[in-house]
Amino acid sequence: MADASRPDPDTLLAKVQRDEARRRRGKLKIFFGASAGVGKTYSMLLAAREKRAEGQDVVVGVVETHGRADTAALLDGLEILPQRSVDHRGTALREFDLDAALARRPALIIVDELAHTNAPGSRHPKRWNDVEELLDAGIDVYTALNVQHLESLNDVVGGITGVRVQETVPDTAFDKADEVELVDLPPDELLERLREGKVYMPAQARAAIENFFRKGNLIALRELSLRRTAERVEEQMRVYREDQGISEVWQAGELILVCIGPGELAERLVRAGRRFAAALHADWIVAYIETPQLQRLPAAERDAVMQNLRLAESLGATTVTLGAAQMSSTILDYAHEKNVTKVLLGKPTRSGWRRWLLGSVVDTVVREASDIDVYLLGGERRKPGETQVVARSRAYLGLPESEHTGAKPRWPGYAVAVAVPALCTGFGFLVSGPNELINLVMVYLLGVMLVATRSGRGPSILASVLSVAAFDFFFVPPEFTFAVSDIRYVVTFAVMLLVGVVISNLAANLRTQARVAGYREKRAASLYAISRELAAALREDEIVHAAASHIGAEFGAQCAILFPNAAGRIVYPKGESQSYSLHGADLGVAQWVFDHGRIAGRGTDTLPGADAVYFPIRGAAGPIGVLALLPSSLRRVFLPEQQRLLETFLNQTALALERVRLAQAAQSAQIKVETESLRNSLLAGISHDLRTPLSTIVGAASSLAEEPERLSPDAQRELARTIYDEGQRMATLANNILDMARLDAGAVTLKLDWVPLEEIVGGVLTRLRARLERRPVRIDLPKDAPLVRLDAVLIEQVLVNLVENALKYTPAGTAIDISAKFVPDAVTVTVADEGPGIPPGLEEKLFDKFYRASPERAQSGVGLGLTICRAIVEAHGGTIRAENRSPHGAVFRFTLPRDEAPPALESEDAQPKPS
Amino acid sequence: MSEAKTVIVVIEDDPQIRRFLRTGLESHGFQIQEAETGGQGLAEAANRKPDLVILDLGLPDIDGVEVVRKIREWSALPVIVLSARATETDKVAALDAGADDYLTKPFGMSELLARIRVALRHAQGLAQDKGGVFAVANLKVDLAHRRIQVDGAEVHLTPIEYRLLAVLVKHAGRVLTHRQLLKEVWGPGYVERSHYLRVHMAGLRHKLEADPARPRFLLTEAGVGYRLSAE
Repeated sequence: MADASRPDPDTLLAKVQRDEARRRRGKLKIFFGASAGVGKTYSMLLAAREKRAEGQDVVVGVVETHGRADTAALLDGLEILPQRSVDHRGTALREFDLDAALARRPALIIVDELAHTNAPGSRHPKRWNDVEELLDAGIDVYTALNVQHLESLNDVVGGITGVRVQETVPDTAFDKADEVELVDLPPDELLERLREGKVYMPAQARAAIENFFRKGNLIALRELSLRRTAERVEEQMRVYREDQGISEVWQAGELILVCIGPGELAERLVRAGRRFAAALHADWIVAYIETPQLQRLPAAERDAVMQNLRLAESLGATTVTLGAAQMSSTILDYAHEKNVTKVLLGKPTRSGWRRWLLGSVVDTVVREASDIDVYLLGGERRKPGETQVVARSRAYLGLPESEHTGAKPRWPGYAVAVAVPALCTGFGFLVSGPNELINLVMVYLLGVMLVATRSGRGPSILASVLSVAAFDFFFVPPEFTFAVSDIRYVVTFAVMLLVGVVISNLAANLRTQARVAGYREKRAASLYAISRELAAALREDEIVHAAASHIGAEFGAQCAILFPNAAGRIVYPKGESQSYSLHGADLGVAQWVFDHGRIAGRGTDTLPGADAVYFPIRGAAGPIGVLALLPSSLRRVFLPEQQRLLETFLNQTALALERVRLAQAAQSAQIKVETESLRNSLLAGISHDLRTPLSTIVGAASSLAEEPERLSPDAQRELARTIYDEGQRMATLANNILDMARLDAGAVTLKLDWVPLEEIVGGVLTRLRARLERRPVRIDLPKDAPLVRLDAVLIEQVLVNLVENALKYTPAGTAIDISAKFVPDAVTVTVADEGPGIPPGLEEKLFDKFYRASPERAQSGVGLGLTICRAIVEAHGGTIRAENRSPHGAVFRFTLPRDEAPPALESEDAQPKPS
Repeated sequence: MSEAKTVIVVIEDDPQIRRFLRTGLESHGFQIQEAETGGQGLAEAANRKPDLVILDLGLPDIDGVEVVRKIREWSALPVIVLSARATETDKVAALDAGADDYLTKPFGMSELLARIRVALRHAQGLAQDKGGVFAVANLKVDLAHRRIQVDGAEVHLTPIEYRLLAVLVKHAGRVLTHRQLLKEVWGPGYVERSHYLRVHMAGLRHKLEADPARPRFLLTEAGVGYRLSAE
């Protein structure tokens, strides 16, 4: 089918997202050159002036003219941003002012020398970090770079020129640039310019620079820069063709695996891997296989490995650390699992007979890898000691120069190693006979094995040797000498020794493996624990507590999770501090992390001067918060496995937080929907309930108004009466609705007074006097009832509503009972009737808004009376309930709390006398 | 000789209410002057020298309470305020400022007429019959001799209760706010201690009413005050 040529929808989506992000981001144009003096700054300024002439807003951030007049002339007329002065050890350094540039927000800014290192105390350690931030803010940038500053080419250029430059820019920054313009100058012309004095040369470095500017060097550098630029162009072409669906370009199904070990070769392997991967347009993985043996390396070497892994990541690789017993089989298994096509290894370190005897990883891999290409990298012996990169990374992480491994005291092991052969010898004496030497050998072997399993390699070798010696001395004829009568015993000795060594090796490996497995298991267990706790958490503070306590425990750190306030500014968390809490987190750094979604703080590229490390917590919908972590040891945070663990923790936390927030949002959306539907039913209800009395009024009034002479005086009076009654009904309805609206809006401010209940009841009866005419009302209030603190108007309303309900829903002539009962801390008022009662199961529903017992009945109101009662009673801190009484009838009971005693009155004598 | 008709000034901005007031009151023999705004109403009251003013509290130009105050600056003529139901505070404010009584919309004609009658009687000093005896239902109060009788039987009141009753009788038929009662019976320092008032009112009810929980004449107006019914 022709579908093969259609771009895959997922890649298209990724492209759209990329384009989207790219549009928002500023555009980076790099003026790239083979060396200093080719004219990069000059070209850059020319381009800037052109843009300015087109009307764009161009600002010069920082430009090094090196005193050259013609370059300086190009600055004429361009707006130059003042530089920042940084005080460093007494001298004032001038640095590019990033914050001023962000505040100024030009359309295009010129920032020279991309590889420059910023003065200490700057927000970022390197200028290319500053440029990233400018691009993130949507500002276009022009910058300049020499080929020797590229990380991946740094060593090659060093090899060519003999000068290895300190300041480097990672290749990812170069590859992500939107445009790279190669400023090319043939070497002869460059040398000409040098002679004419047009190239910058500080006096001290004259000799070195002249050395650098040899023609051979220049040619090589030119070739490097041309080739690197061509690589970029080819990559662009590939992306373009992919986007357009032109798939005849072969899909780079290549995947390269680079295996590094703890040697000095590792760094070269990584850089070579990058070049290899770039040349093949392939993705690449850098793996470090850690066997139990390698686990025992001193910390310095393990740190070196870690730094090489970080270098690999900065060059664009995926890194992985695998722990296994057997290096070669692990490499092959992993390669097959990931469908690796090419493997890059270092040349074997062992040679000659040792290689033949003990085998080498390389040989095994080469032999067993049937369908995978294996490439071997030769190593020149480098200077011993740490490489430059490693030294830089170490400084980054703030690690000490070397660390001692905590050596466990080994003396008990050696003591055991001496004791056991002695024991065996003793045992031998007990049971020996001349023909049982074979058994004795077994006994000694058993002893060696026991020592090996318990005490490690050194003691077990000692035990082997001692066993052999003891066996020889005490048991092998001639006894009590070290001479051996039968030469075959030499074989026995050799085998015993060998067995001891092999078993002790095995045991040591097993122990280490067990330890590694233990670490893994611990990590998995802690991941499980946090997942479980997060899944069970229902509230945000529970989630934060679970996450922070687990992270603190796992990484040995003080931590704090910070969230933004409504305005998007990070604030300190409220709530009590816990044992794991970090105090005094730097809100400025946290805000930067939240805004940019990248790690910052100690050990990172941004604001490395901060004490703690700050991680963004991102959910699917965007940044949620920031984790501030103050670890006791940076390694516990930055080891690749630990980083992945932390990332997983943070992802889990973000998921849990989002879940809770979404649940809340769903709930409030639900409430909104319900409110909407309530509102609609209110409108429907009101519409009906107002139109009914209105139609009566209008109808009756129209009869009276239009043809009064047709009606008898009695008929007229009756119509008038109807109009009056319906008007009253509408008034009640309107009052109820208004009350409910007021209560809903939360405008219930109680005007509390000390009131006798009797007075309220009296008020109610007075108000409803007319309607209560033909109904017996029985009042039962205790004598000498104390005053109750309540809002008289509102509680009277409650009683009116209850009594009106009784009037509406019970047959004429039946009695209504009003009573009250006092207990020490409350008072309960009851309104009961003798009507049909409440249908069972509806006792609570009655209090719902707009609930009506019989909606069709003309007299029922809009269904708010009881809701209003409940709102008022609850505003007093009380409760209201409905139930049935026997033999039949409804009972409405509401309780009001009595928190204080009523105030005492002064005796009458103390009160003012009547005049 | 034609009887001078009682003149009532109606200050009300809603034309329908004005119409119904005019129709109803004129049919009872009152002469009505209408005013649409507070300013107009004050002018009418000053010029026409009415016997009574009916004032709506929700006027467009001046606050109703302010109108009451202004009238009280130069006259003691009875003022009845009409208010929509919202809260009690505006009614209480109007009463404290000097209004004689109030009515809550919607109201019926008979209620209005009852209030008007009471207000006019007080204005004309006819609240009690000669001899200073006041009677309603089965209660008889003789202020001159300090004698109170219920169903003919004498009732003994404490000094405070008596004073309270006396104030109520003096204003019989009209509503009195808590504040007014506290000030008159106890003094200005007691205006915030409404529980005194309530306790003593309860006491009065128990002593004078047949069923204190269903008062016949000692009526409570929730949130506003008390009224001794005159009929």
